[in-house]
Amino acid sequence: MYTVTMGFLGDVPAMAILNESIRNLYFHVTMWFAMMILLMVNLYNSIKYLGDPVLRTDEIAEESSRMAMVLGILGLLTGMVWAKYTWGAWWVNDVQLNGAAGTMLVYAAYFILRNSIEDEQKRGRIAAVYSIFAFAMMIVFIIILPRMGDSLHPGKGGNPGFSSYDLDHRLRLVFYPAVIGWTLLGVWIMNIRLRIRNINKSLES
Amino acid sequence: MISELWFLIQKEFRLEWRQKTMLTGMLIYVISTVFICYMTFKRIIDVPTWNALFWIIMIFAAINAVARSFMQESRGIQLYYYTMVHPAAVILSKIIYNSALLISVALIHLLFYSLFLGNEIQDMTMFLVGLLLGSTGLAATLTLVSAIASRASNSPSLMAILSFPILIPLLMTIIRFSRNAIDGIDWVMNASYVYVLLALIGMVVTLSYLLFPYLWKD
Repeated sequence: MYTVTMGFLGDVPAMAILNESIRNLYFHVTMWFAMMILLMVNLYNSIKYLGDPVLRTDEIAEESSRMAMVLGILGLLTGMVWAKYTWGAWWVNDVQLNGAAGTMLVYAAYFILRNSIEDEQKRGRIAAVYSIFAFAMMIVFIIILPRMGDSLHPGKGGNPGFSSYDLDHRLRLVFYPAVIGWTLLGVWIMNIRLRIRNINKSLES
Repeated sequence: MISELWFLIQKEFRLEWRQKTMLTGMLIYVISTVFICYMTFKRIIDVPTWNALFWIIMIFAAINAVARSFMQESRGIQLYYYTMVHPAAVILSKIIYNSALLISVALIHLLFYSLFLGNEIQDMTMFLVGLLLGSTGLAATLTLVSAIASRASNSPSLMAILSFPILIPLLMTIIRFSRNAIDGIDWVMNASYVYVLLALIGMVVTLSYLLFPYLWKD
């Protein structure tokens, strides 16, 4: 709530090009942060599941990646709106945008894989293997490759980073709570979904 | 472990040699795809298009070639291996065999592709190095994906869905590298792509080595 109120009403430093759209920083950037955190939850639980196959761990892995997917799509949409107003197009050929789209595809494939395996134990194991593999490739994709080419995003390809001059005191005050807020929101929804699952399971049995 | 590996590689080659229809089928697949491109494009002078089309055909051929590496084996045979050899030996032997297969497919593909659609390559050695690394990378990635896909139902279509997004980083690097090779850009500029490719291949092989035992037990 704090993020949303401050995001729309709080003071922002006026800047060339970006202007008021800097407010989007609270939504777009923080959503990506939250998505990355949730994907790490997924990775952690996948590795844990391989070491010690408990069904609960696999459920957490699935729900965390589902939530990450929702945040990712929202991040993509807010990013597109921002791109339209600053770079002039809904979609520009930029390494980071392509990376984001690729990530979405990877996790869409992850869900399809999950749905096509009947046995629960086996599904958890195979999905965990795929998600560890996919996460490793995704890291290469969105972290290493963008460093090799130019990007329109701040901090890359000669563009100055946000932190250098425009992430000033007031922005920070909202930015970090926003990251925590989106992550907590994701974890909260994830928890509710896990509980619903448990209830359904106990109803069935 | 090493002797097991060597034995399994030999087995793969011998098996392939016995069913020559599969091998020729793959060659015909590549050649006819190139021919269709020739019929639709006639001649490609634009370098990026030439390069992109080359690698797209290569990817489809690779997916087709590697997809059957786990699917053609019945559960009985897999159980037999399971009792006999170390799982890492199985995946490593498949990766090595598939790389060899894809490198030969890539060379034949290059031959026909340049015959029909014209050859614009200025630095042939560099392009061949790219071809070698690219095929190895494709083989390594696709082998693990096909192992994953073979465990699920409706695996042939799943194979493509699972592998495309994972292949993007490899593909981006290899396309940039081979484009530089076509343009005849100096090695100094291009060396970083070789390192990235080697790192990618190393990472994929290590991950396969670590993860495959989990796919294996049933």
